[in-house]
Amino acid sequence: MGAFETISFKPELCDGCNDCMSACARVKAQSGDFVHSRIQIVPYEGGYELAMCRQCGDPECVLNCPAAALAKNEESGVVEWDASKCVDCLLCTLGCAYGGIAYDAPAGHVVKCDMCGGHPACVGACAPGALKHLTTARIYNEVGDLEDLFVPGLAGCQGCNTELIMRHAMRRIGPDAVVATPPGCIPGMGSVGYNGLTGTKVPVFHPLLTNTASMLTGVRRYYKRIGRDVMAVALAGDGGTADVGFQSLSGAAERGEEMLFICVDNEGYMNTGMQRSGCTPYGAWTSTTPVGERGRGKTQDAKNVPLLMVMHNCEYVATASTGFMADLYAKLDRAIQAARRGFAYLHIYSPCTTGWRFPSDQNIEVARKAVESGFVHLWEFDPRNGLRMTPEIDNPVPIIDYLEVLGKYRHLSQEQVAHIERSAAENSKFVRSLAAGASAARAGAA
Amino acid sequence: MQQTHYLIVGASHAALSALHAIRNCDADGDVTVLTRDASLPYSPTVLPYVVSGRSEPERVFLRDADYFARLKVDYRQGAAVSKVDADRGTVALSDGSAIGFAKLLIATGAAPAVPRIPGLEQVRSHVLRTLDDAIGLRRALPRAKRVLVLGGGLIGMHAAENLVAGGAEVTVVEMQPHVLPGYFDADASGIIERSFAAKGVRLLTGERVAAFAARGEGCRATLAGGGNVEADLLLVATGVAPVTQFLEGSGIETDRGVLVDDWMHSSAENVWAAGDVAQARGFFEGGKIINGILPDAVDQGRIAGMAMAGDTGGKPYAGGVPLNTYGFFGQHAVSVGVQESALEPAGVEVRKEMDAERGKYLKIVLKDDRLAGIFGINAAFDPGIMWELILRRLDLGGVKQDFLASPQQTARALMSKTWR
Repeated sequence: MGAFETISFKPELCDGCNDCMSACARVKAQSGDFVHSRIQIVPYEGGYELAMCRQCGDPECVLNCPAAALAKNEESGVVEWDASKCVDCLLCTLGCAYGGIAYDAPAGHVVKCDMCGGHPACVGACAPGALKHLTTARIYNEVGDLEDLFVPGLAGCQGCNTELIMRHAMRRIGPDAVVATPPGCIPGMGSVGYNGLTGTKVPVFHPLLTNTASMLTGVRRYYKRIGRDVMAVALAGDGGTADVGFQSLSGAAERGEEMLFICVDNEGYMNTGMQRSGCTPYGAWTSTTPVGERGRGKTQDAKNVPLLMVMHNCEYVATASTGFMADLYAKLDRAIQAARRGFAYLHIYSPCTTGWRFPSDQNIEVARKAVESGFVHLWEFDPRNGLRMTPEIDNPVPIIDYLEVLGKYRHLSQEQVAHIERSAAENSKFVRSLAAGASAARAGAA
Repeated sequence: MQQTHYLIVGASHAALSALHAIRNCDADGDVTVLTRDASLPYSPTVLPYVVSGRSEPERVFLRDADYFARLKVDYRQGAAVSKVDADRGTVALSDGSAIGFAKLLIATGAAPAVPRIPGLEQVRSHVLRTLDDAIGLRRALPRAKRVLVLGGGLIGMHAAENLVAGGAEVTVVEMQPHVLPGYFDADASGIIERSFAAKGVRLLTGERVAAFAARGEGCRATLAGGGNVEADLLLVATGVAPVTQFLEGSGIETDRGVLVDDWMHSSAENVWAAGDVAQARGFFEGGKIINGILPDAVDQGRIAGMAMAGDTGGKPYAGGVPLNTYGFFGQHAVSVGVQESALEPAGVEVRKEMDAERGKYLKIVLKDDRLAGIFGINAAFDPGIMWELILRRLDLGGVKQDFLASPQQTARALMSKTWR
């Protein structure tokens, strides 16, 4: 049994239009009567609530059926109802605590959501976007079967999402690869290995901070010359990317070297004691931008490295976040393709539980909030289509909601918060102007 | 002697639910399931539908052989247990063989309780316990012109409906003042009774059979209240009792059923019980009750299975809540919780709406602003949500008027807000 597709509901986005119920009743019963709808929106205290089948992993309705009329489909995950076996005893409705299987009196039998065979009509009808058809299970099912190319037990900090990024990226890239891990958390947690053994199942090496992209240039060119398609991959931190590593990175990008350079941006040199880097944001506490009598964290803004890479006109550039895994995977796939033709750069925002000071179970939430608050922006670029914002954000939240959860910003004054808000707004305006320009250019070409 | 780690006696809902829970936690431990039936597992609840022809007997099995093979479970059909020795960890089978176990689950369910009525043993009668009983009754129906059903409970009323639909002349004798006692009050039962009367079923409530006498293939029943009923076919459906006879001398404590704690653990260290055979804590009353209803068997089976496998994620039994769903002539009656008569009167509030003409009925019983029972005939509400509201003792004080006016919508909203 794998993971399954599901329908999610965000009550805060529901406006009570009931179009989902109309769509369901129409598709399932060719009727306009909501009584036939398998999704039920319930107005309550000024908002809206939902009753529908959860397609439970361990469905109680199935266990409660005396007639073997209900079963969970192991392929699709849908709890399926067999009319020819049902005896209308309604015991399934006693088993379901969600109102997910209910008696449809005019129809004369129980009805439940069947996900419309993978194209749910209710989701398509939901204009405000409260209902979403989540297909991220695909990632788990596809990638779960691919070989993990790292040893078990990498020694990352508790709650670190870098291990997730590394393992998933390399599963997708596959074994025909040579990996460079310049000094930083990634080799530090054991991926380069110990005592003469590597921490990966593919060749891995530990370049200097300064020469990662140069060494990968040679690796790729050598294999190409002997007729082998071996992907040259960098798994680098933001220090190795944005600061001393930038000269070789810029050179390789400008020459259009064929490689995939993944920057895991945790906004500082976290592995060596949390020093500031060129990617550390304004106001952030680090061990070299301390908070004390006079110091109030970093006094400069972060440089926007991915936009600098756009200016190199790379084959592919994208920013991604583990708060948006489906998007991250789509971008990773495109980056892997692009790295066979030229320089592909993937910048992944990676919250650091230790260096940013937040609870270790909150990493993905923090990553999500960074994006939803507009503190960072997700987009992708290629030279033919220019830059486009993706994914669009459903739930924008104020930046203060993001800053508040991080210890490294605990000292911020109102002026500093205002500075951060201003910078984020300027960044947003700039990147969106690029996206708008690209969109206009595409429209003009068409 | 064969040795197994987990031994499950019985193969219906409680047993299968326990097996599922065991395998969720322990993928490899030896499991043996014994059933006296010579078939794959089925539900006793489906039997009335086999009688009516709604369910094909070969399509009612809850699991196929492949399921047990995949789970590496030794499923042994036609294996009846005759004796249990908890101290030594063995069971004796009626074929003379024995099986040793480390942990035993008793899930033998209940069997028809046949009342002691003079002459009853001498006349030909049917009961509905096994798939074979159902198939036999189905075959006998076309020959029966006049049928007597003893007992106006679920099995009896189901049978009566099927029989009258098949053209038979049907009489139901029920000792209690109305049919389906325990689940519905007199008003609700009245609606059900009128449906049956309209279809030509003769209902004799508050009546008993004093004696039976054979009349050819059929019988003649003498009623306590005077008069006789002649029938070609007699169905005895006067209730069921837990199957515990084989536990005599086992060292396992029994009352009406096997006495269990909130983990379905019996008095013996290595024995658990679940389903219709188990006597566990009631949700409303202090003592231990037999709550013989399918969803509770599923719950109890899960709790027992998790406890047996040492699954630390288990939660103790919340207590048995009376539950039922009953369909008749395309209509539906649902009962969740207890009637007001079963509660201490203080703090009890009852809202009852009835439209006898249109066969509609809804009663809500609140106790201290918490749901204690909800009963409906052709009324829309989600029984599973109501059961959960009762178990959670959710305070409905703030939404009481909404709940009373629109129980389905309000309960759905409460569920959607609360269950996350």
